[in-house]
Formats: sequence, C-alpha cells, structure tokens
Amino acid sequence: MIAAKEPTAPGMAARTAAILFLFVVAFTAALAIVYVATKPGIDAAAAEEKMRAINEVLPKDLYDNDLLADTLKIPATPELGLDDESTIYRARLGGEPSALVLETVAPDGYAGKIRMLVAVRANGELAGVRVTQHKETPGLGDYIEPKKDKNKERPWITQFNGLSLDKVPASGWKVKKDGGRFDFVAGATVTPRAMVKAVHKTLQYAVANRDRLFATK
Amino acid sequence: MLISLAEIKQISWNGIWKQNSSLVQILGMCPLLAVTTTLMNGVMLSLATLLVMALSNFFVACLRNFIPYEIRIPVFILIAAALVTVVDLGMNAYMHDMYNILGIFIPLIITNCLVLARIEAFAAKNSPLASALDGAMMGVGMVWTLGLLGGLRELIGSGTFLGGIDLVVPGLSPIHLLPEDYPGFLVAILPPGAFIGLGCLVAWKNWIEARAAERENRRPAEPVMAGGCH
Repeated sequence: MIAAKEPTAPGMAARTAAILFLFVVAFTAALAIVYVATKPGIDAAAAEEKMRAINEVLPKDLYDNDLLADTLKIPATPELGLDDESTIYRARLGGEPSALVLETVAPDGYAGKIRMLVAVRANGELAGVRVTQHKETPGLGDYIEPKKDKNKERPWITQFNGLSLDKVPASGWKVKKDGGRFDFVAGATVTPRAMVKAVHKTLQYAVANRDRLFATK
Repeated sequence: MLISLAEIKQISWNGIWKQNSSLVQILGMCPLLAVTTTLMNGVMLSLATLLVMALSNFFVACLRNFIPYEIRIPVFILIAAALVTVVDLGMNAYMHDMYNILGIFIPLIITNCLVLARIEAFAAKNSPLASALDGAMMGVGMVWTLGLLGGLRELIGSGTFLGGIDLVVPGLSPIHLLPEDYPGFLVAILPPGAFIGLGCLVAWKNWIEARAAERENRRPAEPVMAGGCH
C-alpha cells in the first residue's frame, strides 16, 4: 500500500511519459481531422487564386481554352531559375497557340527568391509579369507588387508589358542605374535588378523553346 | 465557475493597460518588430494572436487538472501549436483572402512568448472563462499598442495612414496624411524604428503612470486637482 502511494522515480517517469504521449496522440489526431476537413476548401481556394493570378498577366481575350487543364510539366530549368519542376500554362485561341504562362524565379532578390508568373505571347511580346511570392523589405522593395506600389496609375511592374527581344536589345534589359531602360525606386535597386534579369532570361527561354513547348503533349 | 464583474474589470484593465504585453511585460518583440510597419499589419496580427490566445488559454484552463506539473511546458506548447495550426488551416480554407494577408504571420504566433507566458501565468491557475477573457484582453492590449506603433511608424516612415486597408476592406484606400512627395524616413520602417518607437511609447505610459501617482499623493492637499490636469 505504502509503495503504491509513493511511486518510484521510474514509475513517475513512465506515468508522465504516458500522459504526454496521450496528449500528443489526441492533438495529432485532432490536427489530422482538421487537415482532412479543410483540404477541399484549401485546394479550391488555391485553384481559384491560381486562375486569378494568371488572369492578371494574361488578358482574357487572348485565350479560350481551360488553362488549368492545358498544362505542361517541365523539369528543373536553370534558365528560369527553377531548381524544381514547374508548370507551364498554354493559352490557345481557336486552337491556335496564343501565349505561354511560365513560373519563374529571380534567385538573387534582396531577401531571397522572388517568384513570378510571366506571360509571353506567341509573337514574342510580354503580355504581363506578376510577382507571386517574395520577401523583399516591406515599404521599400515591395513596390514590385502593384497593390503596394505607390504609383497606382502606372505600377512599376507594368513596364514589362508589350516588350520583346526585338524591341529591346540585350543591353537594355537593366535598370537605369546600370545603363538599361527600366525604372527603379532609389534605395531599392537590388530587387528590380534581379527581376529584370529573370524576366529577360524567361523571355529568351520562351522564345527559343516556343514551338517545342506548345507541341509537347 | 462563473466570473464576477470585479474579476472581469480587473482582467480587462490588466490586459489593456496595467500589464500591457508590449509596454509593461515587453513580450512578443519578434512579431512587434516584424509587422508594425503599418497600422493594418499590426492590428491584423494582433487580432489573430488575440484569437489564438483566447482559445489556448481556454483549452489549457479546461485541461489544467490533467496536466502533470513536470511536463506542463511541452503540453502547453503542444496545445497552443495545435490551435495555431487549426486557425491557419481554417483561415486558408474559408477566409482565403484574409489568409493571403495574414498567412505569413500566423505560424509566427507560436513564436510569440506572450502566448506561453499567459498560459503559464494565468490559464494554468484559473477557470476556463476567466482564462479565455485574459487571453482576449491581452490581445486587445496588443491590438491598440501594435496599432499605435504601426500607425506612427507608417506615418513617419512613408507618410500614409491605413496603408493596406484595401487588402482587408476592398474599396477603401490609404490616406496620404503627408504630401505625396514626402521622401519617407527609412529608419522608421526598418526594425530599429520599432525599438525607438516602442521606447517612446513605454516612456509615454510611464509618464502617465507617474503623473497619476503624483496626483494620488497630493490629493489630500489639493482635492480640486481631479479634472484639472492638462
């Protein structure tokens, strides 16, 4: 009786370990249930968001196919700054290729990678560029997002619209500070420099591989 | 089990002013530095923290009699982290636009030592209702402090007021309190600006407290003082 009232040290340890284990099992199970319950909602929201992001870079009158269905998986592509496989969305109008939407990464932003969506029309012109993910300094480098750009009439990122390799020579794909044609905000040059470089590379890649990318099943 | 009016008053006063998490306990500095670049950021993260603290305090208070003292810290963290994940998943699924704004901050809530501090200091010893109220009121204290600090940094740093409100309430737009060509004051936006601003707020609070204490002391001599302060 007395031994039972005064548990030994290993006994105590085993008891607390068992209680901790029960708590872990209970809360892990609860999390698993919540995860399963919220998964459909999260997937639907992610697909909707993807479509919204694509529609920002690609005018709706440029395609009539289901973009989320007409995709092409490409392996890791250093030209696009991607060290993982990515998806290319192929826009067609009346069955004819009209534009490619590529995921691309500027690896050398001020605070790590800047992920972007770039839409390139079949004639080699940029239809639009949008940043999908970045960690640039809030209030300083984040003008690459049109929502946070102080210039609401002509956000910085719209400079890319309509440009092509024919219209802008290789020396022009730099910020003005480096002798190129792209504006930047004083105090935050690293961010636009990285993005201009990445967009240029993406455009080169898209133009060079256009036919292959559209033809691949 | 129910909670008295005096208790409600005391818990609220503690959370909002007397034991204010940022100004008195000086807890949760990491989110404070990171997000108070604008008023909206500060307020939104505080609201998310408020929700998590009220929930985690409530759950811990409910389970407090089953948690052995020796392993209370891992269990507390387990409970708080699980709740943060539930809030994260739930917002991602059902309030996706809001999640896009707050998403990056939500996992950070668990790094806020204020959550664990209130569980340990309050919820482990009090009834579930009082604990939930304590968590919520600590959150309210955080809302106004981080909102004020964020508002000041935003105004001094970039000359705007309520920047980013269009992300939360579509249709509203930020107000430029200073002229459009205000060059901005970078220090206010960067983390050191948060420390300087917080220091000023702490000084301001201490000044008010000191003045109140002084008035208290003088009261017998000058009973008319009440209401006579400027």
